[in-house]
Amino acid sequence: MTGRSAKKPTADASDWRGSFPALHQEINGHPLVYLDSAASSQQPAAVIAAVQTYQECSHANVHRGVHTLSHRATEAYESARDRIADFINASNRTEIVFTSGTTDSINLVAQSFCRPTLKPGDRIVISHLEHHSNIVPWQMLCEQTGAELVVASIDESGQVDVSEITDLLDERVKLFALAHVSNALGTVLPVKEIIGIAKTRGIPVLLDGAQAVPHLPVDVQDLDCDFYTFSGHKMFGPTGTGVLFGRESLLEAMPPYQGGGDMILEVSFEGTTYNDLPYKFEAGTPNIAGFVGLGAAVKYLQCIGMQRICQHEKELLEYMTMQLSEIQDIRLIGTAANKASVQSFMLADIHPHDVGTILDHQGVAIRTGHHCAMPVMEYFGIPGTARASLALYNTRDDVDALVAALHAAHKIFS
Amino acid sequence: MNTQSQSTDDLRDLYRELILDHARSPRHFGKLESTSHQAEGINPLCGDKLRLYLKIDADQTISAVNFEGSGCAISVASASLLTETINGLSTERALDYYANVVYLLTGVDAANPEIRLDLGKLKALEGVREFPSRVKCATLAWHALHSAINNTNDTVSTE
Repeated sequence: MTGRSAKKPTADASDWRGSFPALHQEINGHPLVYLDSAASSQQPAAVIAAVQTYQECSHANVHRGVHTLSHRATEAYESARDRIADFINASNRTEIVFTSGTTDSINLVAQSFCRPTLKPGDRIVISHLEHHSNIVPWQMLCEQTGAELVVASIDESGQVDVSEITDLLDERVKLFALAHVSNALGTVLPVKEIIGIAKTRGIPVLLDGAQAVPHLPVDVQDLDCDFYTFSGHKMFGPTGTGVLFGRESLLEAMPPYQGGGDMILEVSFEGTTYNDLPYKFEAGTPNIAGFVGLGAAVKYLQCIGMQRICQHEKELLEYMTMQLSEIQDIRLIGTAANKASVQSFMLADIHPHDVGTILDHQGVAIRTGHHCAMPVMEYFGIPGTARASLALYNTRDDVDALVAALHAAHKIFS
Repeated sequence: MNTQSQSTDDLRDLYRELILDHARSPRHFGKLESTSHQAEGINPLCGDKLRLYLKIDADQTISAVNFEGSGCAISVASASLLTETINGLSTERALDYYANVVYLLTGVDAANPEIRLDLGKLKALEGVREFPSRVKCATLAWHALHSAINNTNDTVSTE
């Protein structure tokens, strides 16, 4: 642990900001203003230190050796699982499967939960808001099985229509896969209400929580979802880490996703006995250092408290939305009543890519383009947007720098 | 502060008045009706998408050239400048321009063209070299040109 990481963040965002080394640098002669956390968040010193300490002192393979380092590595890896189970309030640590990311988690459910029983005439329902990672695995599944992919529409504000979804969820639907928070627009979907409707009809629900977990308190028992997926690198942890929460009874019944080491109890050429949960779904040597880092990231979030983070970001998003809306010729994309962390926009007729370049030259990092949600862009009739996304370490100063940089962009193109 | 003013200069160098003018009012914009060759260029990273239409006569002269599509200022301006440059040229000379522009933008020795041309207005694109993430925007139309002349009918992608 470094001195910086040992400091428990207690005050406000400017203190939290101090925990993130990457934020303290200049880009093109300006202090970095990082507003691209929805693509990937920066890591606090505690995460960087945890990974380094693990690599220096504890690395070996997990679940294999009798020697000390293997024991340490296993303990570090498994304690991350305990922490994550606690963080999202899973009823059992066996319900936490480690994957390489949200994409991997969703593909696992598509191939292992759905594919064995899906047949022509069955339906998978998603929404128009989804990230490509919650579209393409289902398209592939439907091609493989002859099932049909049905898409619930959105309105001009970027919100789904619960009554339309209610109508869609009939006996043909075998899974409803939905974003908890839209990555392109920031819409918080009414997932609890929707899950309640799906439950009454016996339809399992998967939530893509990649954009929710870093910003909102998430309680999978309270949500009553069957699967919940998220990525480590959007919640201040390392890339290449992801989580699939699955209801234990469902995971138990599912066949393994991949075969290999660590997912077996006994192998012979006559047949193989698969390992227990969650190891049945974790074939091969995992990204141990990555999950040690993710465990440290969750500890960091728990120290601050998700409720405080949520409140801070809510106020900051309101401030950002207000400041942006005052800019001449700006069009805000995504204006739902309930939103988190993200504001997409178009500035006059300037292509988002040009906006991104001009902002970068003033030290302001935003995402531009389709945000891996091309159907959303198509709905709004635009090739892409500029997207500013917030995390716990952002402040009003960041928003002010964004607004000033947008004025400069406007000037260049006027 | 030096870095800061240097960066502002880079930005002005990228968005020169000529570039902004062509981006706002692209020349030869719209579908060409009687076309002999065409190719599409896409830049999946930022959603640039354009289609280049050529009318190549029997003597290999490019007698008409148009483009349509949407993209950032750099890709649209580059496509617009392309149409102004190659209209009326032989396909051979147009490919010489292709090689010269790619070399101007990338500076890669492998792209060093055999024939060096005076690039005239196209030199306005050289500011792009300082912006590695934007080079693909500027080369997009030129790769589409190469594809169209070689009649591959393939979609050119920057990725």
